[in-house]
Amino acid sequence: MAISVDVRNLSKNYGEVEALKDLTFSVSKGELFGFIGPDGAGKTTLFRILTTLLLADSGTASVEDLDVVKAYKQIRRIIGYMPGRFSLYQDLSVEENLRFFATIFGTTIEENYDLVKEIYSQIEPFKTRKAGKLSGGMKQKLALSCALIHKPVVLFLDEPTTGVDAVSRQEFWEMLQRLKSQGITIIVSTPYMDEATLCDRVALIQNGRIMQISRPAEVVSTFPLGLFSVSSADVYRLLHDLQKLPKEHSVFAFGQVVHLSYREDELTRDDVIDFLKEKGHEEVTVEEIKPNIEDCFMELMQKE
Amino acid sequence: MNRFWGFVVKEFLHIFRDYRTLLILFGMPAVQLILFGYVVTNEIKDARIAILDQSKDETTRKITEKITSSGYFRLDRNLHTYSEIEEAFKEGDIKLVIVFESNFTRKLERERQAHVQLIGDASDPNTANILVNYATGILNNYLRTRNAEAIPLQILPETRMMYNKELKGVFMFVPGLMAMLLMLISALMTSISITKEKELGTMELLLASPLRPMQIVVGKVFPYVFLAFINACIIILLGNIVFGVPVRGSVTLLLFENFLFISMALSLGVLISCLTNSQQLAMMISLVALMLPTILLSGFIFPVENMPKVLQWLCHIMPPMYFITIIKSIMLKGNGLFYIWKETLILVGFTLFFILLSVKKFKIRLA
Repeated sequence: MAISVDVRNLSKNYGEVEALKDLTFSVSKGELFGFIGPDGAGKTTLFRILTTLLLADSGTASVEDLDVVKAYKQIRRIIGYMPGRFSLYQDLSVEENLRFFATIFGTTIEENYDLVKEIYSQIEPFKTRKAGKLSGGMKQKLALSCALIHKPVVLFLDEPTTGVDAVSRQEFWEMLQRLKSQGITIIVSTPYMDEATLCDRVALIQNGRIMQISRPAEVVSTFPLGLFSVSSADVYRLLHDLQKLPKEHSVFAFGQVVHLSYREDELTRDDVIDFLKEKGHEEVTVEEIKPNIEDCFMELMQKE
Repeated sequence: MNRFWGFVVKEFLHIFRDYRTLLILFGMPAVQLILFGYVVTNEIKDARIAILDQSKDETTRKITEKITSSGYFRLDRNLHTYSEIEEAFKEGDIKLVIVFESNFTRKLERERQAHVQLIGDASDPNTANILVNYATGILNNYLRTRNAEAIPLQILPETRMMYNKELKGVFMFVPGLMAMLLMLISALMTSISITKEKELGTMELLLASPLRPMQIVVGKVFPYVFLAFINACIIILLGNIVFGVPVRGSVTLLLFENFLFISMALSLGVLISCLTNSQQLAMMISLVALMLPTILLSGFIFPVENMPKVLQWLCHIMPPMYFITIIKSIMLKGNGLFYIWKETLILVGFTLFFILLSVKKFKIRLA
């Protein structure tokens, strides 16, 4: 499959801090590629290098066979970029913002209306409202419309769903799927693990390093350990006590339950139940579960 | 619509949306001009005086009459004893007390000299000085007319104040005010509007678009050329209509020089915004580093020639000084380009220097 974005041995430092360490990956044309990682993992730095806004210290990167350093002018014509922070003109109306971004890319709203129709039609009733007065979900739809209005070949979305309600998040991902079906390459970053399953491939990124790149299903299927979901009447003490289990394992809180990963040859369900009863826990339940992306991520982080 | 004009339209929208700033921008010239024209003035009119006349004869009455009818002084009260003098100063707005000695006319005729004491309120030294000078002048004048034939030799200075016959302060303030306001609007507003994009993160989007840096900078500057130009015209018109400040030279030349100075200030504003990342810093630099020198080191309020040498050198690297010289020359003296080509060339030089430096410093990337 043809390559859209190609990155080789990319590194970037901010003084002493290593933001990106020797990154290598490539994204195929028409792929929906996700970067999953916590704040400060280096996602924004990577996006800025790919959108020609920052220079890397070493390594190369290209977008649609154009070098991000030498051919930055050409790249800026063909990409759509939605920065992590809401960056539209708050004192301009919805329509004025969209019109402005259409104009600076040398096009008009009318010309590419089909492309943004599905998204823009949702905020069109408010088109005379100032962008600063929109709700979080509407701001994000406007920002996406502005990034799309010039029919980009590659779309970079830096944490587009941060600070957006659950319903809007879901709608947003449905829109991305539709854009993908139109052949646009989409590179998206998010701190939300559950969104990873919606990508074609995900890269787990932590401390400026890519820990794993694979399809979401693969990430889960390659999880090397067993996993219990444990709950009891006193969740706080539960987490505390489980850490004292004598066998090799790791635990982390997952909402109202605790996920406990373990080596299948070392620990059994009964061991855990007995151990907790001994510690005086009540209403103990221990269930064998399938790992999700977040479990895998936690496990990878432990290894680091 | 092409890219550049799309950008300019957006800039105008920003400006018109922020109507408070707009109001200040256009209200400021009027308010400042009226403030400077009426309030900040060292002309003397109707200063209150008190007279302690111990003779009350024909001569002192005539002198008193001359003094009070001069227009500079207004007789507030007559005093009767020395002890009342200090009280009069303390109590009221008396700026000057004139004391005639007793038997004034007789002494003048017999001894050929008589004494007048002028007591000024030197808590405001400039005014006291001017008042004493005016009063002395009136006394001398009286003496000359009285003894027209008796004194054999006389030197009669006839002063004529060229270009500003009535020594109106506002003639000086209009050019200075123009320099100040144009500097403020051009440099301050552009530097703020560019750094604002950086702060809000929209610069990131502009940079990641096909807009060229030159288009961004010129597009930012463009609306302010208009605003500043309109302001310059308002000041010239107001000065002319309200205060009678003339435009004796060519209006075209005057507008051209204004345009040149505006360009200079705008490129300076762009330079400031290239070097800073926050609106606050841009504002501080524009206000402190530009406004104060424009007011203090340009000949606006204090004459450059009276400054210590070091400050004079400083004045010479400040563009406003040249602009004020040019404007005074055109408006008051009616000079043509022939007399001010040197200053004009210096302003052109400043403009090119700032533009070149800005282009060099403009970042095509975020860092």
